[in-house]
Amino acid sequence: MIRVQTEDFDLNAEITALRAGSPQVGAVVSFVGTVRDMNEGASVAAMELEHYPGMTEKALQDIVERARQRWQIVDALVIHRVGPLLPKDQIVLVAVTSAHRGEAFDACEFIIDYLKTEAPFWKKELTPQGARWVDARVTDDVALKKWDVAETQQGEQD
Amino acid sequence: MKIQLRFFASVREALGVSQEEVVLPSSIDTVGKVRDFLQQRGGVWAETLSEGRSLRMAYEQQMCGADTVIHDGGEVAFFPPVTGG
Repeated sequence: MIRVQTEDFDLNAEITALRAGSPQVGAVVSFVGTVRDMNEGASVAAMELEHYPGMTEKALQDIVERARQRWQIVDALVIHRVGPLLPKDQIVLVAVTSAHRGEAFDACEFIIDYLKTEAPFWKKELTPQGARWVDARVTDDVALKKWDVAETQQGEQD
Repeated sequence: MKIQLRFFASVREALGVSQEEVVLPSSIDTVGKVRDFLQQRGGVWAETLSEGRSLRMAYEQQMCGADTVIHDGGEVAFFPPVTGG
């Protein structure tokens, strides 16, 4: 399941709902991304997240589908917030259920790694020097390499 | 041919527009040519969409390369590398 929303989410409630009616689940792995108060050497007072309605949901669905093809998972949930956020706020939740832990760990990490380089979200930070768009990280592309697939953001000169 | 243009994040801010409908000459038939066509407007358009800039493109809400062929009524988007999560 995919949700893009401005509201916060409750990890426990989401996982309870994800596991409901699935007695074959033996492992639940979740990742929660939160807003840091420091980035690239500047303090961050607030953040604004923009997305591409329609494409964002499709991209997330596609990433979850790829994880399903690769691992035996029971279910997966991705919630990503948009709009104004403050330090310590939750930004993203990826939760995966499976019969055994290995699949759930791998699929969860795969989904967040792909989300970071393929799902159309953009962060704008408010710092003492003014508002600035966050630059994409080379380390996010490096993280993808461990999944041994060539697909990354398609572009020309980088 | 008529298409929809969408711009996001720093690209949207630099151009001062988030979406636009544009009628293209028949020679403009790929996403890369749309980018070149828009650069001809000069000023911030030439700068923001220039070859040296790290720019992502999507056609019909799917990431694509410059040689992706476009069709009447299609949606082309330009944006910077994504930074979610």
